[in-house]
Amino acid sequence: MNLAGTINTRTLPLLVTSVLFALLFGFGSVSYDNFFSVQVFLNLLIDNAFVAVVAIGMTFVILTGGIDLSVGSIVALTTMVTAALVEQQHWSIWVVVPLVLAIGSLFGLLMGSLIHYFRMQPFIVTLGGMFLARGLCYVISIDSIAITDPTYAAISEYRISFGEEAFLSVSAIISLLTLALAIFLAQYTRFGRTVYAIGGNERSALLMGLPVGRTKILVYTLSGFCSALGGVLVTFYMLSGYGLHALGLEMDAIAAAVIGGTLLTGGVGYVAGSLVGVMILGVIQSLIAFDGSLSSWWTRIAIGVLLCAFCLMQRLLEQGGSNLGAIFSYWKKPAEGSAPAR
Amino acid sequence: MKPTPVLVMQDICKSFPGVKALTDARLRLFPGEVHALMGQNGAGKSTLIKVLTGVESPDSGQILLKDQPIRPESVDDAQKLGISTVFQEVNLCPNLSVAENIFIGRFPMRGLAIDWKAIERDARKALLALNIDIDVTRTLSEFPVAIQQMVAIARALSTEAQVLILDEPTSSLDEDEVERLFDALRELKRKGIAILFVTHFLDQTYAISDRITVLRNGEFIGEYPAAELGRLELINTMVGRDIDEAGQAAKSASSADRPTDRPFISVQGLGAAGRMHPIDLDIYQGQVLGLGGLLGSGRTETARMLFGIDRAESGTIAIDGAPVRLNSPRKAVRQGIAFCPEDRKTEGIVADLSIRENIILALQARRGIFRYLPKRVQTAMADEYIKQLGIRTPDAEKPIGQLSGGNQQKALLARWLATEPKMLILDEPTRGIDIAAKLEIMDLVKTQCRKGLAILFISSEMSEVLRVSDRIAVLRDRQKVGEIDGKAADEQSVFRMIAGAEA
Ligand SMILES: Nc1ncnc2c1ncn2[C@@H]1O[C@H](COP(=O)(O)OP(=O)(O)OP(=O)(O)O)[C@@H](O)[C@H]1O
Ligand SMILES: [Mg+2]
Repeated sequence: MNLAGTINTRTLPLLVTSVLFALLFGFGSVSYDNFFSVQVFLNLLIDNAFVAVVAIGMTFVILTGGIDLSVGSIVALTTMVTAALVEQQHWSIWVVVPLVLAIGSLFGLLMGSLIHYFRMQPFIVTLGGMFLARGLCYVISIDSIAITDPTYAAISEYRISFGEEAFLSVSAIISLLTLALAIFLAQYTRFGRTVYAIGGNERSALLMGLPVGRTKILVYTLSGFCSALGGVLVTFYMLSGYGLHALGLEMDAIAAAVIGGTLLTGGVGYVAGSLVGVMILGVIQSLIAFDGSLSSWWTRIAIGVLLCAFCLMQRLLEQGGSNLGAIFSYWKKPAEGSAPAR
Repeated sequence: MKPTPVLVMQDICKSFPGVKALTDARLRLFPGEVHALMGQNGAGKSTLIKVLTGVESPDSGQILLKDQPIRPESVDDAQKLGISTVFQEVNLCPNLSVAENIFIGRFPMRGLAIDWKAIERDARKALLALNIDIDVTRTLSEFPVAIQQMVAIARALSTEAQVLILDEPTSSLDEDEVERLFDALRELKRKGIAILFVTHFLDQTYAISDRITVLRNGEFIGEYPAAELGRLELINTMVGRDIDEAGQAAKSASSADRPTDRPFISVQGLGAAGRMHPIDLDIYQGQVLGLGGLLGSGRTETARMLFGIDRAESGTIAIDGAPVRLNSPRKAVRQGIAFCPEDRKTEGIVADLSIRENIILALQARRGIFRYLPKRVQTAMADEYIKQLGIRTPDAEKPIGQLSGGNQQKALLARWLATEPKMLILDEPTRGIDIAAKLEIMDLVKTQCRKGLAILFISSEMSEVLRVSDRIAVLRDRQKVGEIDGKAADEQSVFRMIAGAEA
């Protein structure tokens, strides 16, 4: 495939995001000693593995034109349930992880069913889910519960090394696997394409005979699953369960998806873009950490500016795109001299 | 030999709140026939089709497919039963590629993955069968409505259906494309597929159909062999009263022979690279200027530049002699220009608002939110236009999305008439409108014109352009090739000009 052909208004945001990431990383390398290393890059992945997994689930929801505000709370609930079961009940990790994944999925399934069967607004339903899941955390415990289970500690410390100086954590590997699966799901399965179709025009999708209801419910289930998986990664990362974990994570996930080129109105975007979005959020954090003199709140300011810039870019592309479409001459011109007679 | 019908619909009733859309409607389809379903706007054609395809469930009645009673609950069900449909509204996803739009819902798989190669290959083949050669990997929204409609048709044709339903598939196609579609339909006919076809173009009805079923006010009026039902009879059966097509035409042909000496709007060299060659136009008050030309000849582009939707890159515009820059619709509206767009679904109606609100919309926007029209005035205006244009609805408070396609178009026209503009641009105002309403709308155009309105009239129906226009500007390949006097012109002279000879 030629490059010019693959770059269009759909892929351009993804390209711009990737270039922006490279620029930010390059800027860091020039400005700070020790910034330019493979490990700094891999650390971005390690530190943000759970954000990436959550953002992937969120991307599917946004692609249908919906939104899921409950993800951060489900992450917290997952850490809480895990910590309680592992520490207080001494359950095995092999039972706990499947269980919490099932709980997260069920949570999503319920929200999706409300949204589909009762035609409720995704915003409201998942806002309710957000409060509910966060509240449930405190039913289990008000305080943070440390996880001391040796298996968890081992997984948390396990490093998969590449060469001498570079390594990845288990969480990072899991997030990359999730990404690969998600890309396959989005691009090569009926479910994935139906997600895009719903985002493009839900009524058309229905008239084309696509399983709109089932897919919408499944999308929230998937997001619930991804959130729970993100929660599991948090337990590996923090080794604790706490009701205040992942506060505001839903907003980071949405920001990552949007910066990655997904339109909030649905139907347009790529799952891979969301990973790049997460990495951009991560690199901004690293830059500010390396700088040392800036308060960490500058991250928020940078993200805010970026978000607006990306939405602006998409809007401009949309307008430019329609002009491009007009210039593009698809139409076979009627042959000279052969006037149709009516 | 008369085979048994493949599909029978009996005594179908369907009510929506406030409307009885179908009363004991009936339909029989035989294998290997093209069956035209005819009726005025709001007669219930689309509703009958929706009942058949599981979009709406009937209140009562029976559907038999090969003598087996069926009751599809969704489009998916209907498709599995072998009923494939192109709905009246373009029912595709603008964000997906052309190829994907043709195959979504029945993707060929390779193992666990969708076989994109096969999809692209087969989509190209399906479109080439309709003589359309486009890059199927491009996004659907990059293509004009006509192509989108052909894609929807290609989608329906490429399923292995025993019943194919086409609800006004030709409303934005040009003659050439209609011919290709008909070739494809004849091919399917030979294979023994039953085809149900809805259109408001009588020529097309007679060109392709074997039999005709007429609905009026949701009731079954009759089923006739096409060869035995004359045109005029058909019209009268649909309308339920006598209409004289020719008489109306003669009456409206003689009007408005006193244009003001200075044009209301004078356009010099208006153009944009790649979209439109520079064009000169003068539009007078009290005159209708028709734009003649084939689809894609630049008619809509001209209208969009005049209304400031697309920015012109060269040229000047003068209104009442004073130069103006029309670079946004707001400015155009402020100059007293109104534009009734071609694509009513995406650029026109606001589906969830009521008919009244849709009619008032442009007027209110022009007045600004601080000069709010009292509800009483709004209702009176809406009722007036509903009556004047014959919009078929129980009252003005119904959401406009629930009107039949043709009636939506009328409401849209009312919106712009309500602003009492100085100039009105009508882009395909008669698309999807039944024959009686078409005549009414053309009459209306004439009446408005006599009141001193300047009108730019665009239609793919050359006979309509000829009927209403005082002058006709002829376009070809995005440039103006000449201008002729509307009264002197006939179809031949216009087509000769399009073809390149001097008129
Ligand atoms: N969803 C709905 N809710 C309420 N009323 C409806 C709905 N759909 C259709 N109607 C009404 O049913 C009647 C029949 O509409 P239908 O769309 O079947 O007409 P049609 O024959 O297809 O007309 P057209 O030629 O304009 O497309 C109309 O009066 C319309 O307002
Ligand atoms: Mg209809």
